[in-house]
Amino acid sequence: MSSRPSAKPAAPAPSSKVKTLTIDDRLVSAREDESILDAARDNGIQIPTLCNLDGLTPVGACRLCMVEVKGSSRLFASCVTMVGEGMEVVTDSERLQKYRKTIVELLFSERNHVCAVCVSNGHCELQNLAQTLGVTHLTVPYRNPKLPVDASHERFVNDHNRCVLCQRCVRVCGEVEGAHTWDINGRGIGARVITDLNQPWGSSETCTGCGKCVQVCPTGALTEKGKSVREMSKRTRFLPYLTMMREDRSE
Amino acid sequence: MSKVKLATVWLDGCSGCHMSFLDMDERILEIAARVEVVYSPLVDLKEFPADVDVTIVEGGVSSEEDLHKIRMVRSRTKLLIALGDCAVTSNVPGMRNTFKVDDVMKRAYFENADLKQQVPCEVIPRLLPRTRPVHEIVPVDVFLPGCPPPADVIFGALVSLLDGTTPDLSATRFGR
Ligand code: SF4
Ligand code: SF4
Ligand code: SF4
Ligand code: FES
Repeated sequence: MSSRPSAKPAAPAPSSKVKTLTIDDRLVSAREDESILDAARDNGIQIPTLCNLDGLTPVGACRLCMVEVKGSSRLFASCVTMVGEGMEVVTDSERLQKYRKTIVELLFSERNHVCAVCVSNGHCELQNLAQTLGVTHLTVPYRNPKLPVDASHERFVNDHNRCVLCQRCVRVCGEVEGAHTWDINGRGIGARVITDLNQPWGSSETCTGCGKCVQVCPTGALTEKGKSVREMSKRTRFLPYLTMMREDRSE
Repeated sequence: MSKVKLATVWLDGCSGCHMSFLDMDERILEIAARVEVVYSPLVDLKEFPADVDVTIVEGGVSSEEDLHKIRMVRSRTKLLIALGDCAVTSNVPGMRNTFKVDDVMKRAYFENADLKQQVPCEVIPRLLPRTRPVHEIVPVDVFLPGCPPPADVIFGALVSLLDGTTPDLSATRFGR
């Protein structure tokens, strides 16, 4: 019995479709194609996440959901790591807390987050994470990069100062709306979300104006025009619902 | 028992954090019974005294004066509290950080001025290239984020610190 986690669902074993493992010392069972994150949540164990969103393909972009797996010194992003037989998972430890806090700090330092004057103040997933993880200040220096705001779309704004590169916009637009307007351009610290061929959003020929990207964006990066400080709350509930309806129809 | 010597200083902030401090209403009497306010914008005193136990700082470090002040304050204070987002993150005063100081001055004193367009060269302290959070300049002991941090959090934190326990900061966050 190997307890080595794999990035992909294990090849279907003929007999066992259910895996048994422990999460935080609790014995749980999960379908073999389930991620550690889903298995944890099914059992009421909460792991912090940012890029993950019910109804979108997990990409493992933010790494906040990291967990420890006994027998390996590596950390595993639980949203993209499938359960395995006999796995022993730890979702909370001093080491994990330290890494999670550092990730949140780096996200704040990489762009210009000024929560006090942000349209998403009070409704923002990054802000919530900082609070729940106890990030009261940054131990890394602020970069203060000069970043553009694209307000060329009739109804929406893209403010790169607030983007955390979670790729939710990319996924919802490609996977659910089917327009594939968004992409990520560049690498590392220079990575930016772009619309179409890196042109102003307002000039996009593929965007249908559905607003799904705006609703799933966890921060104040994609917002509706005309919102003032604190006014931009998002509605993400449509997503699992849409996916469910589609699955129903395809059955 | 001698009272704890408390000071508050105001760097680049809007005074909102000091207002939130006062917002604890009559509970301020509880604090007053245990501390002696030795320096504050609310106290008429020019020189920051030596041997202060606790100093609360509002505001980011924006100018040469702020820089001088915070270094002096740190050297004379046992426990330094960064109060509010401007002190903790540089917040709104730091929004100029993506521009050059010259451009900021031009914007403020020429483009946005109708009369007497000139950069002030006397009395007004010179701006630093960037507004910095306090802890990027001197060590900070306690961080109270929020714009401003709620009065309850400030009160609770002060009581905890006076009691020698760790303040509970779960009710405040960046922005709020
Ligand atoms: S996007 Fe969130 S974290 Fe960033 S400034 Fe806005 S409220 Fe703060
Ligand atoms: S509004 Fe445009 S860019 Fe956003 S999800 Fe819909 S089609 Fe894609
Ligand atoms: S724009 Fe929003 S949804 Fe898209 S990557 Fe940035 S933070 Fe995520
Ligand atoms: S939630 Fe798993 S990597 Fe972001």
